[in-house]
Amino acid sequence: MIVSFKVNGEGRVANVAGAESLLTVLREEMELPGSKNACEQGECGSCSVILDGALVTSCLVMAADCEGSEVTTIEGIGSEGELHPVQQALLDHGAVQCGFCTPGFVVAAAHLLEQDPHPSRDDIKEALSGNICRCTGYGAILRGLEALAGEGS
Amino acid sequence: MEITRPTSLADALQARGADPGADLLAGGTDLMVEVNFGYARPEHVISLRRIEELARIEDGRIGAGVTWARLEKSRHRALAQLSRTVGSPQIRAAGTIGGNIGTSSPAGDGLPWLAAADAEIEVASEARGTRRVPWSDFFTGVKSNSLESDEVIVAAVVPDGVPENQEFAKIGQRSAMVISTVAACVMRHEDGSVRVALGSVAPTPVRAYRAEQLIADNPSPSAAVLDEFARTVSEEVSPITDHRSTEAYRRHAAGVLSRRLLERCLAR
Repeated sequence: MIVSFKVNGEGRVANVAGAESLLTVLREEMELPGSKNACEQGECGSCSVILDGALVTSCLVMAADCEGSEVTTIEGIGSEGELHPVQQALLDHGAVQCGFCTPGFVVAAAHLLEQDPHPSRDDIKEALSGNICRCTGYGAILRGLEALAGEGS
Repeated sequence: MEITRPTSLADALQARGADPGADLLAGGTDLMVEVNFGYARPEHVISLRRIEELARIEDGRIGAGVTWARLEKSRHRALAQLSRTVGSPQIRAAGTIGGNIGTSSPAGDGLPWLAAADAEIEVASEARGTRRVPWSDFFTGVKSNSLESDEVIVAAVVPDGVPENQEFAKIGQRSAMVISTVAACVMRHEDGSVRVALGSVAPTPVRAYRAEQLIADNPSPSAAVLDEFARTVSEEVSPITDHRSTEAYRRHAAGVLSRRLLERCLAR
């Protein structure tokens, strides 16, 4: 089945076989491996994307149901040459260890800051509660995002 | 696989009636886990997320397609509280109250509130039109309900007279992204009578009617009555031991949690 939707501002067409997830299509068909595949049940947040303005786990989105949608992945949030402020803040605060969870955290944090440029520490913790880091890197992640949230306020 | 993406309820009912074996897809937070783990292999999916009629919140009526993210701001205090405990921001942006009702998990976060509110589940089919099923008839067992194979869940109907003084809480192993070990909802009327509903302690959501009667008889309960209230709730539930907890702990926690919520209502 042919499904058309926008990914990072660009019109894309996917050939979807069955009920596979948006995550599977992004990684295996569209060559966008930044969204990570870990739990496949929406628990870990490492596959977080923005779908029609909402932060969701792409492993729980049926690709066939994305017809007409707009998706932003980590690849659409920053690039090697031009880091998103969230990426720079995480780098500055040593908030990246193995890096596997990082794309999901960056997407979730970028989405939060878009809604609210100056979130409190509790707001940040709540917004990241669906993202799990197994290197126990939360302290540095929070410090980085708090610093960013405090800028210009 | 075939997918139908209706934009009106009438079209969805037509599709469902024509293929009663089709899987209904709302937020995907339950169905896609089944797909990802190979437990479900849908042949025909009817996606409900483009149907504006299902996404409405009206007086006394919550559309099945309303997400938890929206219900976090519900005017019903306990419904807002429980919505904030569902999964994570990502899950709440996708998952819907209709999906929660349709999955009918004993741990469904929305179900104790629906039971305490004495809600009806509005369902519809092309062949027989709309019917409203009291929550106690709708939920029939672990992940089973009385939805017919050609029907779609349309809304939760909230009757008049639901007390504004209401509290929800759940116990789990952590505070985010957790399936409840025990969940409870207490509502207190102005005359002091209460409604007490629990989740994760029986195959379906349950009301603790004997405990409710105890408070109806003692609308300004003493500490001794509150102790008896907690004991009565513990006796009335029928939990099991599973990978999340034990029967004994759930029984105990159901009483403690209900008492705590009642005390919060009394303090208001």
